[in-house]
Order: sequence, then C-alpha cells, then structure tokens
Amino acid sequence: MMSDVEMPSIVGTAGAVPAFKRQRTAYRARSVPLQVLVVVLTVLFAGWIIHNAANNLAARHIASGFGFLTDAAGFAISEGFVPYDAQSSYLVAFAAGAANTLRAAVPAIIVASLIGLTLGVAQISRHALLRLIAKSVVDLLRNIPLLVQLLVWYIALLEFLPRVDSAYSWAGVIYLSNGGLAFAAPVLDGPHRIGLVVATIALFVGALFVPRHRLKASAAAAAVSAAIWLFIPSQWDVPQAGFFGISGGASISVEWLSLVAALSLYSGVYCAEIVRAGLMAVRRGQWEAAHALNLTRGQTLRKIIIPQSLRVIVPPYTSLVMNTLKNSSLAVAVGYPDIVSIGTTSLNQTGQAIECIAVIAAVYLSLNIITASIMGVINRRAQLRER
Amino acid sequence: MKISTMLMLGASALCAMASAGTAHAGATLDAITKNGLVTCGVHTGNPGFATADSAGNWAGFDVDYCRALAAAVFGDASKVKYVPTSGQTRLTALQSGEIDVLARNTTWTFTRDTSLNLLWAGVNFYDGQAFITVKKPGLESVKQLDGATVCVDSGSTTEKNLADYFKARGLKYTAVVFDQPEASHQAFLNGRCNVYTNDFTSLASFLTTEVTDKEGYQILPELISKEPLGPAVRRGDDDWFAIARWTLNVMIEAEEDGVTSENIDSLKASSDDPAVLRITGAGDDLGKFLGLDQNWSYNVIKQVGNYGEVFDRNLGSKSSFNLARGRNALWSEGGILYAPPLR
Repeated sequence: MMSDVEMPSIVGTAGAVPAFKRQRTAYRARSVPLQVLVVVLTVLFAGWIIHNAANNLAARHIASGFGFLTDAAGFAISEGFVPYDAQSSYLVAFAAGAANTLRAAVPAIIVASLIGLTLGVAQISRHALLRLIAKSVVDLLRNIPLLVQLLVWYIALLEFLPRVDSAYSWAGVIYLSNGGLAFAAPVLDGPHRIGLVVATIALFVGALFVPRHRLKASAAAAAVSAAIWLFIPSQWDVPQAGFFGISGGASISVEWLSLVAALSLYSGVYCAEIVRAGLMAVRRGQWEAAHALNLTRGQTLRKIIIPQSLRVIVPPYTSLVMNTLKNSSLAVAVGYPDIVSIGTTSLNQTGQAIECIAVIAAVYLSLNIITASIMGVINRRAQLRER
Repeated sequence: MKISTMLMLGASALCAMASAGTAHAGATLDAITKNGLVTCGVHTGNPGFATADSAGNWAGFDVDYCRALAAAVFGDASKVKYVPTSGQTRLTALQSGEIDVLARNTTWTFTRDTSLNLLWAGVNFYDGQAFITVKKPGLESVKQLDGATVCVDSGSTTEKNLADYFKARGLKYTAVVFDQPEASHQAFLNGRCNVYTNDFTSLASFLTTEVTDKEGYQILPELISKEPLGPAVRRGDDDWFAIARWTLNVMIEAEEDGVTSENIDSLKASSDDPAVLRITGAGDDLGKFLGLDQNWSYNVIKQVGNYGEVFDRNLGSKSSFNLARGRNALWSEGGILYAPPLR
C-alpha cells in the first residue's frame, strides 16, 4: 500500500537527480537564449550609438581622437599638487584636475565621517537637548541642496573674511583673508623633500606595527615627523603682503575651503543617519548584557555596539564615500579647478566634446572603482565571522 | 571569439541601417522656410548684446543680427527663435544643428574656423580683451599686474590670451576660473580677485549695469588681444553661409551709403544712385542670387536698421553704455569696418 503513495516530488526518487535540481537545470536552459538576446541587443545598441557618433563627426569634419592630449593646454590652473604651467600638455592638466578632485574629496570624506560619527552617536544620546541639536542639524543640512550650501559657504567666506589688502595677520607668518589662508612653509628642494616624505611615511607605517599601542605610537610618529618638518629645513617661505595682497608661502584657497566645508557637512549629516541606523540595528539585549557586566555607556558603545553596527554601516557608507567623490564635481560653481572644471575648459579650447567628457567620466569611474574595492575589503572584515 | 563575432555582426547590420545625413546645399534655408523661424543661438544674458526682458522679448546687438536674418529670409524681423547658449554649449549647439546661426559675441579664431566644421560669416564687432581693477594709486597698466589674482570666465579665448600675455612678459598671476559670468562678477566685487578680465565691451557693460561704486573701478587701457566677434554657421551649406555673410555686409554697406531705416522709403522712390537703389530693392535684383526676395535688403534696413543705427541703439550713444565706435567705425571714418561692394 505504501508504495502506491506518490512521494512528494521535492524528495525525488532514490538514485536519480532530485526534482528541484532538474527544475533548476531546466530553468537555466530556458534562460540562456533570453540572456544571449539581451547581450546581443545591448551590443547592437552600443555599436549603433558609437557608429552614429563616429559617422556624424566625420560628416561634419570634426576632428576626433585623443591626439590632443599631448598638445600644450595653454591655460592656467590656480592651485594643486601636480606641477603644471600653461605650457604643460592637456594630459598633465587632466592629471592636475584629478589630483584636485581628490585634494578636496578626501579631506571632505574624512571630516564627514567624523561629523557623522559624532552626530550619529549624539542622536541616540540620553540627553534630550543633545539629541534635539543633533537632529536639527541633520534635518537642516540634509534638506538643502548641496549646490546652494556650497554657494552660501563661498559667499559667506568672501563677505565675512577681510579683503586681501586688510588681511588678519599673526606674527607675519599666517595671513587670513577672503583670498584664503596663507602661511609660512618650509622650503624643501627635490631629494631633501622626497627624503622627508619617505621618512614620515615610514614612521607612520612603523607605528601601525606596534602591537597594542597603535594609537599612541601613531601620535608619537606624528609628533616626531612634525618636529622633523619644523626644524630640519634651513629656510622658510614666509608669505608677504604685496601690492596685490599676499604672495609667497603655502596657501589654502577660499574656493577649496568652501568646497570642503560644504561637502563635509552635507555628507556628514547623511553619514550621521547611516551611523544612527547602524547603532539602532544592534539589539537592545546587547546594551542590557553590557550593562549587566557593569560596563559604562561609553565602554558599551566603543567595545560592544559600534563594532557590531559596522556590519550595517559599511555598505551604505561605501555609497556615501562614492557620492561625496562625485558631488565634488560641483566645484566649478565656486571656481575650484577640479577635473570637471578643467575638463570643460579643455573641451572649450579643443572643441572635442566627446573625448573631454569621456576623460571626466573615466576619472570618476576609476576613482570610484578603487574606492569600491577598498571598501569591499573593509566590508568583508566588518562582516560577522562565524567561529 | 563569441563576443567578437557578435560585434562584427552588429557592426555590419548597423552599417546597412545607418546613413550619414549630409546636408545638401540650401538645406538650411529650406528647413528654415519650412519652420517659419530662424533659430538663432544667443548669449544667456549680456547687456548690450543679448538680453531678454521680463516679457521674454530679446534685445541687443547680436539679437539685432538675428532679426536682420529673419527680415532677409521672411521679410519679418520677428520670426526668430532665440536659443540662449552658454560659453561651453554654443559651438556644440551650432555643430549639432540645434541652431541655424550663432550670434553670441564669439571670437573668430584659426582653430575654431578650421577644426570645428564652422564658418564665420564676418565680423560684426571688433573687440579686445581688457582688465578691470579697483582704482589704486599708481596702477595704470596691465604690465603692473605681477602677482595679481585674476577672475576669468571659463569656456572662452580669454583664459588662453591671459596665459600667453603674462607668460610673454614674465608676469605671475593666479587665475580663478568660474563657469558662470555672474559668479566671477560676484567674486571680483567681493575682492576675491584683484582683476577681472574679459572682452572690453563685456567689462564696459558689467561696469555700467552691475557696479554701484563706478568711480572706484577702472578699466586698464591695454587691450591684450584681438577679438573679432561675429556670427558663425555650419560648414557644408554655402547658400546659407552667403545669406548670413551678406545680411551683415548689407547693414555695413547701408551705413556707408547713408541708407537708414528712416530714409529708405524716400530713397527707394527718389534716389538716382544705383548702389543705394540696389540696397532699397528698387535696382538690380540681388535677392535671386541668395534665393531670397528682391526686397531682402530693404526689409533688413527698414525693420532693423543699418550697422550704425544698430550700434547706437544697443551699445553707442543711444544706449546706457555710450561706447565709442572706435575700431568699429566705417573705414571711411577712421575705423576698420569695410564691406565688399554690393553689386
């Protein structure tokens, strides 16, 4: 009798392939033509667009290709790390632009993370006033477009800082005006400078390998390298008030300041929400257990809650980092020479619209792919590992 | 292997599908006639050259050129569709066919003329790059600007001129580049930059319309570049190019012959000068060579005016800018405006 009863198909008959596996195989087989079709259509569409663009350019006798990258750019870039002058090639100009994008985005991401951590924790504070302040700041800054905030910062800095000819000055080594901050900097020539940079990096890397006291060792490394940088150079480049304001020394422009300020705050409040969500995702029982062990609230947060919340925080935080990087493209509104600003200037000088836009896109794409892979490693480390 | 095969298949299929849309001569005029409008690329807002009032009516020196073209083609100067373009989009808008003609104080240069598939129909304004600064005792020349911070608008020839001029004289400067003129104006007026550089006329209109303390600023005397501004069209349609070129020329020629919007009717009836009669449409039919009505030039002068009238109304003595004609006077009056004869 029993043998007449049909067995549920999910179990399948002994020895044969289980039914659910057969179904899966059949499903996969059916989906192959569909996938091929999608790929073919995509390739055809991309091919059609490229072909059309090439045809249209040729029909209109518009020069195309990336040959212009080696021509002299011929325009000036106001600030940046990459050594550049008007005789440098477009390639160097683009490199300077990409470096400038990072020069604004990286500090902004660091500051935004600190703001996010502070405001995120403040939002779950036991103090009502602190919670209220944190929430108000988050709501205010999150609901105003970044471009508006950027312009507000820029105009505010221009209006409230003194004009260049009446700059604040401290002991003649630091000048603050609406042109930016100028300060004395050590003069270092070629090999000397490289030596110092290498020594500094070595100190910090070394500090990371000090077991248990990483933080203290890093602080010591920072102090030692600061001392080296302060006392080793024989000469200082001191800013001077001249006919047209401050010249010489190292300087931070007001464009960079307003861009970094706006980006840090805007991304910072988003980060605060990510942190808050992460903290709240840790079960209440963890707090209670820590409390039962007589840990203080601070200890609980540092040692129990934050490490567990990272699992939830890291994935959206990755998007935030990438968004901040991309949002730095608004720099052109305040005259900061980032990759978009330099890309559009080059576009106008050469008329090669597709190529210049492609370079801008490629720069953002590669920066974001690098970011994503670094954050991927961090994410894997933050995930729950079962032991 | 598989993917490359697919690509080849795709590419060959596409070659069959796509056809290059090359314009035949006269296609632009046909399309314009069909639309009933001349699509004209203008500045987003440059007082004196192109501005729209609160009702959306455009006026200005470049706008009047667009109107003249519409008058030549349709006999009605109002049949223009204005497309405001930025410094970055203007050339692309023309290349892609979005606009029929670009009249947006655009400098005619070698590379623009030869590598962008564009043609300049002529020069309607001879400008030059100048510098505006806060008045300072002893500051009289651009050569004294060593170490200055300079505000510049992105997307123009000014950035390169600036770099060339300062490099050639061994002067150092810091350029702060903005993508909107409004942003550079703001930064300059707030003292972020010591100097703002642009074409002389743009600085003059900036000084007239946006600077409250006019006595506190000065435009330095040197012009560091030649900026021949003029209307441009796409290559490949010689008939349309000829219309664009001769609409400009006829306005200059009319000024030289003393034909104005006010006296053209009486001259048409009573003049004995064949040159004047040709402009008024009463003499030889010149319109047929352009594919236009015999009265094309009459309509231009009657409805828009000759070059001098357009200049005075928008930039010169009858405007708030009160610019001198300078290099833009007729060749016979000390300037360099010279139109080939209309015959």
